[in-house]
Amino acid sequence: MNTQTSALARAPFDRTLLLAAPATLFMVALFIYPFLYGLWLSFEPAKGDWLANYHKFFTADNLWPTIWTTLKLALPATLINVGIALPIAFRMRVKSRYQRLITTVLVVPITLGTVLIADGMLTYFGPKGWLAHLLELLPFYEGPIRLTHNYWGVLISLVISGFPFAFLLILSYITGIDPVLARAASTLGASPAAQFRHIYLPLLAPGLAMCFCLAFVQAYSVFPSAVLLGAPAGPTRVISLAAYEAAFEQYDYSLASAIAMIMGFVQLIIVAIVLGLRGLFYRGPVVGGKG
Amino acid sequence: MKQDFSELRLDRVTRRFAGVGGKAFNALDELTITIKRGEFIALLGPSGCGKSTALNCIAGLLPLSGGTIQLDDLRIDTLPPESRGFGMVFQNYALFPHMSVERNIGFGLRMRGVSAAETTMRVANALKLVQLTGQEHKLPGQLSGGQQQRVAIARAIVIEPPLVLMDEPLSNLDAKLRIETRAEIRRIHHELGRATIYVTHDQDEALSLADRIVVMKDGVVQQIDRPQQIYAQPANLHVARFMGYRNVIEMDVEGATGDCVELRDRGIRLSGVAMQAPPGARAMVAMRPEEIVVGEGPQGRNTLAVRVETVEYGGRDSLVGVVTATGARLFLRTAQSAAPGDALSIHVPAERALVYAPTPA
Amino acid sequence: MSGAKSWLDRAWSGLLWGTMAVFVVNVAMLIATVATNSLARRWLGTWLPDGWTVNWYVQAWKDYQLSDILWVTMEVVLAVVLLSLLIGVPAAYALARRDFPGKRALMLLFLLPLMVPPMTYGIPLATVLYKAQLAGTIWGVILANLIPAAPFVILVMTPFIEQIDPNLESAARVFGAGTARMFTSILVPLLAPGILAASLLVLVRTIALFELTFLTAGPDSQTLVVALYYAVFAAGVRAPQSIDAMAMIYMVVTLVWLLIALRFVNPTQLVSRVKEHPRVAA
Repeated sequence: MNTQTSALARAPFDRTLLLAAPATLFMVALFIYPFLYGLWLSFEPAKGDWLANYHKFFTADNLWPTIWTTLKLALPATLINVGIALPIAFRMRVKSRYQRLITTVLVVPITLGTVLIADGMLTYFGPKGWLAHLLELLPFYEGPIRLTHNYWGVLISLVISGFPFAFLLILSYITGIDPVLARAASTLGASPAAQFRHIYLPLLAPGLAMCFCLAFVQAYSVFPSAVLLGAPAGPTRVISLAAYEAAFEQYDYSLASAIAMIMGFVQLIIVAIVLGLRGLFYRGPVVGGKG
Repeated sequence: MKQDFSELRLDRVTRRFAGVGGKAFNALDELTITIKRGEFIALLGPSGCGKSTALNCIAGLLPLSGGTIQLDDLRIDTLPPESRGFGMVFQNYALFPHMSVERNIGFGLRMRGVSAAETTMRVANALKLVQLTGQEHKLPGQLSGGQQQRVAIARAIVIEPPLVLMDEPLSNLDAKLRIETRAEIRRIHHELGRATIYVTHDQDEALSLADRIVVMKDGVVQQIDRPQQIYAQPANLHVARFMGYRNVIEMDVEGATGDCVELRDRGIRLSGVAMQAPPGARAMVAMRPEEIVVGEGPQGRNTLAVRVETVEYGGRDSLVGVVTATGARLFLRTAQSAAPGDALSIHVPAERALVYAPTPA
Repeated sequence: MSGAKSWLDRAWSGLLWGTMAVFVVNVAMLIATVATNSLARRWLGTWLPDGWTVNWYVQAWKDYQLSDILWVTMEVVLAVVLLSLLIGVPAAYALARRDFPGKRALMLLFLLPLMVPPMTYGIPLATVLYKAQLAGTIWGVILANLIPAAPFVILVMTPFIEQIDPNLESAARVFGAGTARMFTSILVPLLAPGILAASLLVLVRTIALFELTFLTAGPDSQTLVVALYYAVFAAGVRAPQSIDAMAMIYMVVTLVWLLIALRFVNPTQLVSRVKEHPRVAA
């Protein structure tokens, strides 16, 4: 490393850095530029002053409630996913054949994606699906419950795609923690519960915060299942749906960009809060001692 | 959890692992030893000999496959590690990276529900004992390797355990620091007055620290004895080789009177001391390079005529490689100057030529 | 006391395993539902359908022009894999081997598209692509899919390259290999396992990536997953069995590649950048 930096100081330019140029240019052209363009476009409404789009969003009855609709889906889904994934991942932290099997099984719903899950749920959870059949076998089951074309359908689909994601992420954080630390704690008199509380949890906190953010951001931008499985006219009219309608049904790209910016901004606030909380915890290597 | 004790008894402690292809092997085979209060025991052997397995079994980090462990009249091998109350120093220290030095050391006391005031006092004492006063608010990542090492020791001893277990605690330190810390460990052991079990692959460490050494190979105990005995009278060829008996040659047995054995290989004659029960027709003789001297022995006994092959200059003395008339290669340490091609007479005292039954190398 | 404790412990363990089992069983049933329905002659409110048929697959193939869609999907996925490797691997090499001012900012630039959901940047991106008259074409779809794919390659490859000892490259130079020889005889063989892992991961992710393709594709540039969305969205136009037949085709395509990928990578790598390096089948 030292020889490299000194070489950098001597030579005016290091040609190896050019290798990063194509990727950088690509990202600037197709990620940064569209984002800035969208930001600019959101202040150039079809009619009205420069804030007209934002004014419209926060006054129109079919726009501003989408924020709460989305949060009401995304926050519970994220809490469920992270909350269930943490104890299960902790239980399965030791490398074994089961661990490999479960991770392999759980990666399937992630790869299949939300569209296929929505399609399957329509039949499986539908009024004539297998789940309804199974429930009818229960003695205390009264009348049909509806799990599609409403809030619950979308929430379930967010758990089906989000839980495996949270689980795999947390598992990778937990297995990164040196198990010798827990063994050291046990020789010092820490019971398994105390080991979790004093060793694993503090070391895991930054990872958990990160996992919460990623899982939340995924749930927050829910689109296909909200349309296919929910009630897109009402209870599951999420913010990404509003943005999509503005762009591709009303062809108002300016308003659509404004909604996308608001959407990004709300996500940013939640992420900033969670990562801010993370700052309260230790961040650093999760192995004891050197080497 | 006991704070004090008079003896720890290990009775045929065994640990089996599933090996390659599902075949079980004994990583530790029937270790039996009684350790008294105040003793410093070293478990010595090459890597994979089972010494760390033994330590983990005593700590409770590995369940036993057989045998029992008793602390006085209390059977402890069925207890989880947190109920045994032993202090342990890990090879890579295993300091909690998110806790300050102070909190690392106080961890065991907090787990025992010791009051905050007493914890503060005892942590301060422990810091003084390992000479780290003033570092209490640093995180482990901000300390040097030697300091981390001492925090690990302080953390293990502050709970005043009946037994301190150390798993190659010096292996990550550089040579100079290793010798300094070695003395430190010995001093702390004496101040504490309990028992220490110390795992190492380094003979010098074991010899200088321990009251008794347990030499192990392939999970089996080879010899349990005082350092002086282990050094001068290795029980078998494995121990001898491990303790620096570098010259091992196979010879015919001519005759034996008591412990004294006469050996012969074509033109060479040697007499030595039998270390194992009556040797058969063939035997191995083991000699240290330090104990072979240049010159003739009394009445020319145990003297060999050799030719110098290599000379490795080492400051105070040189390591000289020689070949006998029968082609056997030997090494000796001498302060005399020698050059390749020189003809020499060398001699080894009969009581320092140890005779063992032949075993595959 | 220890008896009560172990009882609690077992109950807690049972609860966790039970939760996991309920989840896995339901996902399995969900998939089985799609499979059963796609083969059902008529299936109305009974445990199993009245009879079995493969006609729905034939019909779906015709109705949804699946041969065209599969062809487009293959073109898009292949192009995305190749292009993302082409721009991602060199960038990863530079990031792994050099320290330079602005390196952290650059890392952040490559990390952002993986943290910001596609729906958020997809709409401004689609707007720009429409202006550039690329939206609706297959090139627009490929460019859009490259935005998460290229950074993903960089994030997988950087730690992989870091663990290759730079002394190997120095040694090759000392023994007289020029840059080109060094690259072909040292770097490429050493990087091959990482490149294989990265391309399989990108491939599986691109097949299933819905939002960006959905926002930028036209009628002739739909991939399989977008076509499936439109089919489910317009349910009622065609028989549900036909839609499920299409879903099965999508599922088989995805799972075959997933199974191939899992031979070379750790499942966790599909969702995150794990510390351990791509584990290549020994």
